[in-house]
Amino acid sequence: MTAVADNVEVEARIIARTARRLRHAGSLGVSGWIALGAFAAVVLIAAIGPLLVTTDPNAVSLSEAFQGPSAVHPLGTDASGRDLLARLVFGGRTALIGPFLVVLCSTILGTALALTAVWFGGWFDQMVVRVIDAIFAFPGLLLAILATALFGAGLPAAIAALSIAYLPYIARIVRSAALRERNLPYVAALRVQGVHGAWISLRHILPNIAGLIVANATLAFGFALMDLAGLSFIGLGVQPPTADWGAMVGTGMGGILQGHPAEALYASALIVITVAAVNVIGDRLNERSEVRA
Amino acid sequence: MTALLNVNGLTVKLPVMGELRTVLRDVDLELEAGKTLGLVGESGSGKSMTVRTIARLLPDGADVKGHVRFDGAEVFDLRGEALRRYRAGDVSMVFQDARAHTNPVRRMGDFLTEALCTNDRMPRRAAEAKAIQLLADVGISDPERRLRQYPHELSGGLLQRVMIAASVAVRPRLILADEPTTALDVTTQAEVMSILARMQAEYGMAVLFITHDLELAGAVCDDTIVLYAGQVVERQRSTQLHRDPLHPYTAALVQARPEIGHRARRLPAIPGHPTTAYEAPGGCAFAPRCRFAQDACRRAVPSLLQIGEQGSTRCIRMPDLHGRLLATTGAGDEASDHQRADAAEEATR
Amino acid sequence: MSAPLLAVENLTKRFGSGRTETTAVADVSFELASGGSLGIVGESGSGKTTTARMIIGLEKPSGGRILFRGEDRTQPARTAKALRERGRNVQIVFQDPYTSLDRRQRIGDCLAEVLGVHFKLSRDETKRRVRGLGELVGLDERQLNSLPKALSGGQRQRVAIARALAAEPEILILDEAVSALDVSIQAQILNLLSDIRDERGVSYLFISHDLAVIRQVCDDTIVMRHGAVVEQGATAAVLDDPHHAYTRLLRDSVPRDGWDPASLARS
Repeated sequence: MTAVADNVEVEARIIARTARRLRHAGSLGVSGWIALGAFAAVVLIAAIGPLLVTTDPNAVSLSEAFQGPSAVHPLGTDASGRDLLARLVFGGRTALIGPFLVVLCSTILGTALALTAVWFGGWFDQMVVRVIDAIFAFPGLLLAILATALFGAGLPAAIAALSIAYLPYIARIVRSAALRERNLPYVAALRVQGVHGAWISLRHILPNIAGLIVANATLAFGFALMDLAGLSFIGLGVQPPTADWGAMVGTGMGGILQGHPAEALYASALIVITVAAVNVIGDRLNERSEVRA
Repeated sequence: MTALLNVNGLTVKLPVMGELRTVLRDVDLELEAGKTLGLVGESGSGKSMTVRTIARLLPDGADVKGHVRFDGAEVFDLRGEALRRYRAGDVSMVFQDARAHTNPVRRMGDFLTEALCTNDRMPRRAAEAKAIQLLADVGISDPERRLRQYPHELSGGLLQRVMIAASVAVRPRLILADEPTTALDVTTQAEVMSILARMQAEYGMAVLFITHDLELAGAVCDDTIVLYAGQVVERQRSTQLHRDPLHPYTAALVQARPEIGHRARRLPAIPGHPTTAYEAPGGCAFAPRCRFAQDACRRAVPSLLQIGEQGSTRCIRMPDLHGRLLATTGAGDEASDHQRADAAEEATR
Repeated sequence: MSAPLLAVENLTKRFGSGRTETTAVADVSFELASGGSLGIVGESGSGKTTTARMIIGLEKPSGGRILFRGEDRTQPARTAKALRERGRNVQIVFQDPYTSLDRRQRIGDCLAEVLGVHFKLSRDETKRRVRGLGELVGLDERQLNSLPKALSGGQRQRVAIARALAAEPEILILDEAVSALDVSIQAQILNLLSDIRDERGVSYLFISHDLAVIRQVCDDTIVMRHGAVVEQGATAAVLDDPHHAYTRLLRDSVPRDGWDPASLARS
């Protein structure tokens, strides 16, 4: 659990830094600020919520099934009598860390692949483009379902599969931006000085396209969250009894039919808020990196 | 007789990052029908902004004072149909970057006939015949084939000729030419200029010719106005511009330019760099870079002085310096050069 | 007899293949003497920039040879080490002062980075050298500490010149290096180049479409058209008494008093 908490902290730090940069640019706009506030609130709940909520999210009490809000259970309970607030708060961790890892892996790998392809160019670049196109042809969700079929259901397989599925998306964008950057005269000037290609790529090209990468990684985060929630919903992602928003929507389906929509409703509302906020932030970042470029 | 175009006390401020920045200060100019007026200046001088103001192409939020009169009518008062007629019929523009001003996925024929069909309500067949005639007029061979081509299939010079053909198609009375040959090779420039001159003579159009090239303005314009930091600093006959400049800035530009037939031991460069109206210091904007500057120059913004019949200048020392601006070059005068460079830097900080 | 500093023999560059093949540079030969200044003048598409790019190693020749002090340099360097060594012989300044600098890098860091590539220097020594380069091209401490966006076009071009000179090259290629500058700034840079040549003895390969600028900077001149050399010789001779009709046309196309573009267009 500590590793998970660390990850959330890292994420919170990244968000704080992004916010600082944005404030510096001062061009986020009202909708951007609202989205950033909403996302920060969600991350905050997932990061420090579990420390404040003392109820065990996995404590089953069948006698307390489908209770309404009460002093003991502020948001009520699910079909197994587990505390919904605790499950939503703890479920936020799994729901956010999954897409974070997907985005982290696919962004790092995709960027590295794209920068290498752009630097060496020629047949290597062509090959990378073909491979990327081939992966792109597979829907991410399908790839993840195949992976779980091979390696068994669960979050790790789903994350690994989605990381690969999202790689082409990042790699394509980075490639075209890096290609434009590489053709600028300053890169030629560094080359004829004998500056190493890896150095030019990492110290000159990468920082100049970093804004674009962050913007698209942010957008990818929203999609990954949706995909992972979907996988958990159909039972291939996060496995019971671990709390997760997507899985809660899935298990909550039964509740809806029995007239207790709270679980599915709360969980899906959080998913929608998070994804919408992330998309708005990503769009604003994208616009900003375009203005800067 | 009133001039075709009359600009009076034109001051323009543009919104940049939440504040209004001055780009033009008290610009006066007049252009008579059929004549060519050169507008010369370096970057930030406001030459393109002058043209945009005349064409009413200023961005939203621009603050404009003064008058622009076309054929006696106040241009800023034009509305609706009158404005449309002014922009689509009376005045026509030729831009520096022809490629950026053509739609890459439309054929040249569509581009040329569009204005004729919509503005003059010409039937398509007639418009096409007219377009062919126009292309032939600007010296383009095989015009039928050109009409079917896309912009990327044409060279820069050819495309600029098509642009000229398109702008004269509506028989405007004034052409605003914004550095139309800057992106072209010298030999192509000569071709394009000769076509522009012929079209002008044929249709009796007036041309406001914007360029950074003092030599080109001197060669093709009747009168030339020199702009610096959003102000008119000199106006006179183009032929006299190089022989007897009326402003130290013009003289310095003439001298700073290397000559094709002579290698200078050292070019008399102007220290510092051109400023915009927004950054310009109080007093004469050119004073920090001027080798003739005195304390009096820095005190107040000079007004435009008439120098006999010859022209006008915004230099208070002109009555005294007239005829002597080109006599000494100031080259080799290193110490004062550096002092001026420092002063110029200081002023722009 | 010692070999010239730079010799180009029958240099040829073809782009594309089959039906789309075009010859950008055809059979170009010239020599640049140590301390000399050679101009290549021509219009767009004349192949002058492609020639420069082959000499600096950014483009691979299709034929011919490039010799630096008699040593074959025809094939572009493959390793960073070879590039570094060649970088200390030939450097280049590009036309556009806006895109030839990394917009996120401070000027001083840009110069220090290049110095670090070529020399093993202590921090203090690097700082001293950066300041020295700044002084050479007329940039003060404040400008060295700023980002490119704080500098004017002329100042940026000074940075590009300083960066090229950091490697202490023997040849500096200037590819339309003053073409994008205002006239008043252009003269400053041309004077600066003449000072640097006097001070450092570096040779120039000066590429330009501007005959007057060529006259000011170059001892010898080559006139190129459609990839081929049409005339070459001492600059004064080529420009004052051109033998080739194209050189004459170029010269007469330059606007001046009594210029008649119509008569040129007819010729």
